[in-house]
Amino acid sequence: MKIVLEKLTKTFPGRGRKNPEDVTAVDDFSCEIPDGELIALLGPSGCGKSTTLNLLCGLESPTSGRILFGEEDITDLPPELRSVGMVFQNYALYPHLTVKQNILFPLENRKGKDRLSKEEMESRVMETARLVQIEELMDRRPKELSGGQQQRVAIARALVKMPRVLLLDEPLSNLDARLRLKTREEIRKIQKKTGITTVFVTHDQDEAMSISDRIAVMRLGVLMQMGRPQEVYDDPLNLFVAKFLGTPPINVFEGRVRDGKLYIGEEAVLPAEGLADQEVFAGIRPEGFILQEDGPLTCELNRVEIMGRDISVIASHPACAGQTLRAIIGAESKVDTASPAVRFALKPGKVLLFDRETEERIRF
Amino acid sequence: MNTNKKKAWLYLLPAALFLVCFLVYPLLDVFVYSVEEGYNFASQTYFGTGFYNFSYVLHDPYFLQAVKNTFILVVITVPLSTGLALLISVGLSSIRPLRDLFQTIYFLPYVTNTLAVGLVFMILFQKTEYTDGLVNLMLGWFGAGPVDFIDGPYWAKMFVLCFYTIWIVMPFKILVLTSALASVNQDYYKAARVDGTPKLRIFTKITLPMISPMIFYLVITGFIGAFKAYSDAVALFGTDLNAAGMNTIVGYVYDMLYGDSGGYPSYASAAAVLLFAIVLTITCINLLVSRKKVEY
Ligand SMILES: Nc1ncnc2c1ncn2[C@@H]1O[C@H](COP(=O)(O)OP(=O)(O)OP(=O)(O)O)[C@@H](O)[C@H]1O
Ligand SMILES: [Mg+2]
Repeated sequence: MKIVLEKLTKTFPGRGRKNPEDVTAVDDFSCEIPDGELIALLGPSGCGKSTTLNLLCGLESPTSGRILFGEEDITDLPPELRSVGMVFQNYALYPHLTVKQNILFPLENRKGKDRLSKEEMESRVMETARLVQIEELMDRRPKELSGGQQQRVAIARALVKMPRVLLLDEPLSNLDARLRLKTREEIRKIQKKTGITTVFVTHDQDEAMSISDRIAVMRLGVLMQMGRPQEVYDDPLNLFVAKFLGTPPINVFEGRVRDGKLYIGEEAVLPAEGLADQEVFAGIRPEGFILQEDGPLTCELNRVEIMGRDISVIASHPACAGQTLRAIIGAESKVDTASPAVRFALKPGKVLLFDRETEERIRF
Repeated sequence: MNTNKKKAWLYLLPAALFLVCFLVYPLLDVFVYSVEEGYNFASQTYFGTGFYNFSYVLHDPYFLQAVKNTFILVVITVPLSTGLALLISVGLSSIRPLRDLFQTIYFLPYVTNTLAVGLVFMILFQKTEYTDGLVNLMLGWFGAGPVDFIDGPYWAKMFVLCFYTIWIVMPFKILVLTSALASVNQDYYKAARVDGTPKLRIFTKITLPMISPMIFYLVITGFIGAFKAYSDAVALFGTDLNAAGMNTIVGYVYDMLYGDSGGYPSYASAAAVLLFAIVLTITCINLLVSRKKVEY
């Protein structure tokens, strides 16, 4: 099911004397989610991800704008008529019901001609349980399950009614690091198998990059950029997106363009043909550094971390925001740890320029 | 025993001493009195030991009346007050405007003196030479004859007693239930809404199970409280409850000790032990049932 959001805006009215100001949680959000894709909604805490999801499932109604599932306008439809499955951050499994009763619950809600027969419900539940691999757990209660198992039960409960759209609100945040890796693969597998259009909220860019077809980066309620993970990573529209994606994060320098060259400090590090002279932020991805004896960028060497596959060089430069920068280079390179300085050349594609004022991308 | 455990016991000692002095010892003493026949306060003597006291109490029509009254009171007021409190709490938590006002109003009886409330009930219900009372006045509008609720027929008096008891115990139950309702995680309701759960089903399948521990707590304490009822009856019908036919078991115990016909600590102890046995049995049954029902 294709989802289209048109100029979606949600404003929470200010309340009382203590919070007089209105909060615009989602601001003029327009995007199109193709059928059958998994979209990660990514952004820092409080940027309106959950609110967007609530608008999609109908728990909140938008202040303005429209939501379409396929060609159908569902903006004013109540949640139960939208046919969406939702997985909550804490799973919201009913603690007094067994796993099976939990999964059965949405089916038992139906009345009249929509209601399935006992056998149909049973087989639907077993089918869904098999999909998420929890057949052996059907008679347990949620508190007798591990976090990952609870998560799968929650997904099964959302999927059992065969929704048009699956919504997941930070489904992995309650899991430990190892389980998180495993579970996100599983979510991806289930999504692929069912082909259901899925919106997945997370504030972990790693998670978003690794499993989604597209990511949408939000900031303060505004959609900053949407696209395929690699595109957004390689070609961010502004400094915020560039800083938000990538681990380790991008290194940001205060630089300026003069006579068609990019200067960081007093050194001309890269040609920048055709750009007017101006002050810029230069973002350099950690993998954009090349260790080079006579490289143009001289930094003070702090320390070297060897991580097996590659080496991370931590150095400092006065023009670098946050003082220290991190470069990742191949393990075959030799770094002279005794030397006080280290010199780098830069890979042009990994250096991104941004306007000092607007923080918008400057292409060159 | 390691040092930590010794320390723990040491910390518990002051409280334990008090408990033994003022709770365990009197409790045991009551059991002792209850089997001492013909115990006399003044001379501190008794004839012999045995179960005659129990036999006497169980054959005393006043005691049987008190047991009957107490059971009626329990059976009527506990389910009714809990059910009503649940209804009101659910109503309270689903309205937004004026909620605080209503909450205050419902809570007022809790901070009002029992005897003062009794006086108000007298004014509402009592029939005197000058007036039939407010309730009778209203009954008159519907063509029902005046009923003397305070000195009249048994059912009328029982009605007032139950009414009064429910009114007195409700605020606490409403308080407990509204906070129980408020503490249910809202995500369950959101999940239920997304799944299109009908309102009634949300209530029976989600809300009720979620607050069932609190409901059972209220039922158990409600049973115990109702079995120990006494002051309510006094507030309405005065101290001579036997004559009014409205005595309760605790009232009977009191009368046996200090009443006009009192001075029989042995009988009083026997009645107290019987009450203890009844309350214990009922509470055990309650716990067994709740263990079955409240399972998370
Ligand atoms: N019911 C509400 N009333 C008022 N303001 C709200 C309400 N719900 C959310 N907000 C505000 O809207 C903004 C976005 O909230 P939202 O929950 O969507 O953030 P989020 O991106 O999901 O954050 P997180 O990652 O912490 O979950 C926040 O500033 C929040 O304070
Ligand atoms: Mg959120």
